[in-house]
Amino acid sequence: MSRILVALSGGVDSTVAAALLQEQGHDIAGVTLKLWGGDSDSGCCSVADVDDARRVAQQLGIRHHVFNFGEDFDRDVVDPYVRAHSIGETPNPCVECNRFLKFDRLLHRATQLGFDAIATGHHVRRVSLADGSYAIGRGHDPAKDQSYVVHMLGQSVLARTLFPVGELTKTEVRAKAAAMSLRTADKAESMDVCFIAQTGGGRRVFLGDRIPLRPARVVDETGAQVGATDAVELVTVGQRRGLGLPGGGEKKYVVDVDVEAGVVTVGGADALLRPSVVLHSVTLPVGHGPLSGVLRVQMSAHGRPVACAAAPDGDDLVVTFASPQTRVAPGQSVVLYAANPLDADGPEIVVAGGLARR
Amino acid sequence: MHYLDHAALLDRCRTLFTMHYLDHAATTPMHPQAVDAMVTVLRGSYGNPSGVHDVSAEARTALENARDVVAAFLGCRARELVFTGGGTESLNLALRGAKGVAGELPVVLTSAIEHDAVTETARWLAATGQAIHEVLPVTTGGVVDLDRAGEIFSRYCAAAVTVAVMAVNNEIGTVQPVGELASMLRVRAPRSALVVDAVQAPVWLDMRPLCALAEFVAVSAHKFGGPKGVGALTVREGVSVTPLLHGGGQERERRSGTQNVAGIVSMAEAAVITDAARHEVGRRVAALRDRLVDGLVGSIDGCVETIPDRSTKVAGNAHVTIDGVESEAVLLLLNDAGVAASAGSACASGALHVSPVLLAMGVVPSRAAGALRLTLGTTSTDDDVDAVLNALPDIVRRLRGTR
Repeated sequence: MSRILVALSGGVDSTVAAALLQEQGHDIAGVTLKLWGGDSDSGCCSVADVDDARRVAQQLGIRHHVFNFGEDFDRDVVDPYVRAHSIGETPNPCVECNRFLKFDRLLHRATQLGFDAIATGHHVRRVSLADGSYAIGRGHDPAKDQSYVVHMLGQSVLARTLFPVGELTKTEVRAKAAAMSLRTADKAESMDVCFIAQTGGGRRVFLGDRIPLRPARVVDETGAQVGATDAVELVTVGQRRGLGLPGGGEKKYVVDVDVEAGVVTVGGADALLRPSVVLHSVTLPVGHGPLSGVLRVQMSAHGRPVACAAAPDGDDLVVTFASPQTRVAPGQSVVLYAANPLDADGPEIVVAGGLARR
Repeated sequence: MHYLDHAALLDRCRTLFTMHYLDHAATTPMHPQAVDAMVTVLRGSYGNPSGVHDVSAEARTALENARDVVAAFLGCRARELVFTGGGTESLNLALRGAKGVAGELPVVLTSAIEHDAVTETARWLAATGQAIHEVLPVTTGGVVDLDRAGEIFSRYCAAAVTVAVMAVNNEIGTVQPVGELASMLRVRAPRSALVVDAVQAPVWLDMRPLCALAEFVAVSAHKFGGPKGVGALTVREGVSVTPLLHGGGQERERRSGTQNVAGIVSMAEAAVITDAARHEVGRRVAALRDRLVDGLVGSIDGCVETIPDRSTKVAGNAHVTIDGVESEAVLLLLNDAGVAASAGSACASGALHVSPVLLAMGVVPSRAAGALRLTLGTTSTDDDVDAVLNALPDIVRRLRGTR
């Protein structure tokens, strides 16, 4: 039996994670993180969600705590989110939140309070490797796999973190919660950026309150102006709508955003294709061995993985696709997977991650 | 069929009675006599005090006897007393109910260290265009800055001004200069009304002088040994308020809704006990508090008393900041050690935030992050003090040493 602190969001996954650990005989307590003090209509931060989480803890008969990590959240998630938009890059708020808050900060606090480990409701598996180290493996339910958003977790975190629902499908999780008649069984999934209220004007108002939004010309690949936008900071590579382009003809996508020059370049779907992507801020959670053999790369939270090869270039990592792929927006997280060397039939494991260079 | 398992609940709570409770400013245990009074009324006098028959008359008598007792306790006339659902409602009624003059925007001035029940109400009035809201700054000693308040009052000399200031601060325990503010206000802004949030005061201060100073005084029963969900507001004779709750016209049409007779009688019982015990409790608790704070400051490096001048504070409040630790972690480890404490005020989610009271006093955020509020009350003992003095140095050492 271990003392385990379970991150309870009030949602069904973390609730079932707590219940499973309790059934296994662990001494558990629940914690809800208060991350965002502003308006929000979804996600992890509202009083209602804390109340749901607290009620779950009461029903399980465990203690419940609330940790206010709001200042850390502002610094490590919200500020970088705003900064990324201001330079025309794609932010990764969920990845950064996991990187800094849900694991590092929480684990530190849990250790201070005498817990042996933390647990979350992420749909991922912790996989043991031959040398006694751990890797992040994909969750059992491919539709719910969340390995992309926790790909960066290193050994010191993995050694003290459990993911009890990683072996279950979402249907099984829901059935389990329903069988226990817990309040969260019917809760909707949260999808949007949790600190931006859609009812309050969404991303445009959120960013407009924090940084100046500037107009930009929209040009085609010959440099001819074909449209305009009043907020270049809101434009993302791959985007198709909201650029004032005339209807009809071939579908046009944003292929490049130059915030400084105030130019958005659009082109056909073919113009977005790239043979490779270069990653910076690379993490290698299973050590620095060569990234050889067949690798697969995933370029968004629910993106389809594709075959690739990878080679280091200084501190960067060059990822070459088996066939050209839609350009990864600069700043976007990119995650590399390989088969588990100990269990070829088991889940793919994360072997590297990083952020796409411009 | 019972929904509540009495035996199981009492069994669970029995373990809580072994805890050292140092959060009396949040709420304090009910006086046993106040519990008895409540149960007696609930069992015996179930009537609606507004009816015509003897069942109602009995309840009405209990209610009005209680009104006389609470009025005497607060130093107001019985007809100046409005029973409410607690401190927050009392303060909302005073601030939102103050009658303005048509075509003129009233001004609401609140000190920088008021409770959310005042601050959020004033902000809401301003945000909805019903008032101008301005904040009265405080000194580094945690009391309203009289010079700056005077300047602000003078600026609003011709306006309809409502000033809200607390008698005793809930976090740092400072007694506010209500008398000085009242005198200044009368001279500089004659069209003013003074609202005193006295929720933290009754255990420590004689309420009668306060009520003589202010148009409105708000109290809450559960802070002085009565039940939760019951409070009172004094409304000075001649001052009219617009009710928040409309309906049957109870409480002289200032607060509709059938009165919580049992709760009100219980509050009256608690008031009597509080008045009788105040002097002795204050003396005894001050000695406990002094030993607690002196012990903590002496045994923990970087532990600083927030208000070193204890003569400006009520006896039950000990407030320190501790370098290099976070309040949340300290509180949970204190809980594990059997000590119930607080860092100040928590929001509805239960999350702690860096105290606006400390920030308003000019305490830097890094210091405020390690705030610890230990509040004592009528049931506090030497054992409670010893429990903290034994546990806290180790907790701080452990937290500073992790990672």
